[in-house]
Amino acid sequence: MSSSESTLAAIIRLLEPFNEKGVDISENTTFANDLELDSLSVMDFVAEMEDHFDIMIPLNILPELETVGQVVEAVDNIAEESRG
Amino acid sequence: MADLFDKFAGMIELRDTLAFEKANPYQICMDEVYSPTEAKINGKRTLLAGTNNYLGLTFDERCIKAAHDALDEFGTGTTGSRVLNGTYGAHRELEDAIADLYGTEHAMVFSTGFLANLGMIAGLTGKDDIIMIDADSHASIYDACALSDATITRFRHNDAADLDKRLGRINGGRNVLVVVEGLYSMLGDKAPLADIIAACKKHDAYLLVDEAHSFGPYGPQGQGIAAELGMVDQVDFIVGTFSKSVGTVGGYCVSSHPEFDILRLASRAFMFSASLPPSVVASATAAVRIMQSERTQQEALWRNAQQLHCGLAEMGFNLGADCSPVIAVVIEDRDAAVRSWEQLMDMGIYVNLALPPATPQNVNLLRCSLSAAHTPEQIDQILEAFDTVAKSNSIHRN
Repeated sequence: MSSSESTLAAIIRLLEPFNEKGVDISENTTFANDLELDSLSVMDFVAEMEDHFDIMIPLNILPELETVGQVVEAVDNIAEESRG
Repeated sequence: MADLFDKFAGMIELRDTLAFEKANPYQICMDEVYSPTEAKINGKRTLLAGTNNYLGLTFDERCIKAAHDALDEFGTGTTGSRVLNGTYGAHRELEDAIADLYGTEHAMVFSTGFLANLGMIAGLTGKDDIIMIDADSHASIYDACALSDATITRFRHNDAADLDKRLGRINGGRNVLVVVEGLYSMLGDKAPLADIIAACKKHDAYLLVDEAHSFGPYGPQGQGIAAELGMVDQVDFIVGTFSKSVGTVGGYCVSSHPEFDILRLASRAFMFSASLPPSVVASATAAVRIMQSERTQQEALWRNAQQLHCGLAEMGFNLGADCSPVIAVVIEDRDAAVRSWEQLMDMGIYVNLALPPATPQNVNLLRCSLSAAHTPEQIDQILEAFDTVAKSNSIHRN
């Protein structure tokens, strides 16, 4: 599995408790419209990802992350930078 | 073209689904104010139990006289910002009084508490810095972060171990400013400040504590929770407000950083806001000196807080936190919370109705804040009213 495939799989797992509507999650799933996450759930989900990947995800980049695929890319980039 | 207001559709729908029949909590208007604890609302004499007037100083005759004298002597306003023509001797005197209260080298006075957070947090941080805030921070802290060029990140509310872990993830070489509040305004829960200070020391992070709600109720001279712990010298910046315990308006920051004064030229919220009117500054100074020299208000406040907290706990209500001057009753059902609030108003008791998304963990709250000026009889009246509304709205009690 490539890095982004394993990241996607991990993020889908982390999203499960927040997926109240039972949406089928793919890279194209959107947080606001498909999953309808409110701001408190977003906070919890970001914290879960930070702990799982052992990275810091700045609040500054959240407005630009609309889909699961964009989050996968961002997480991979941050993980890459913190290794470097 | 789309309407600029389209983005508010969800908020408008939320507002309109709250079926207030007798009174609207977001359109309260006091037509007369009789004392720190009573006002005329909707033509009715109402007991105020949600105004953050912790020390009850709004009608203290010494504060009123100081304001009157300053009005006569210096006029109605300064018509300028602090860095141009808006600094009078009285502003300096207030800054000296605040620095003296904390035993710090420096104090800066802002025009509101909100501006103090904006001016300090956004003023202190630049693009290479990191701000790490408690997830349940006040809107002024979130807005300060939005104004800053720094990298913004959060830690779990009141969780010093989580703060420690997240600080540990930051690669070295960047300055980190941690921001917490002393007492959180909605639930009335206190920060574990000693543990937070320890985490900041361990990772070499700066710490700013907003004591907005703890200034007055806590500390040997009302300085707040850091002072109660004897740890003022271990906090880099303490921010507070004059709009609660001090009974007027304005904000401040104290620090002993040797270069602190450069913020007078670097903090835009300080530089470009009109300064406080002389009468406001004079009553604030008078109130700060009262806090410094008298224990009676703080003692009365805690007696009242204990009476209400214990009373509500005995009645089985679900309370947001341990005893503090902020006592939040958690109501599971939103409509029951709305109806209870209206019924309390009808019985002549004003508390705050706080609903999601303005509350932590999406809870519905009937939030009370106590004052030193409440009498034991008034607290009994509040307790009886809560008992009545709980019965008529079938509110779950333990």
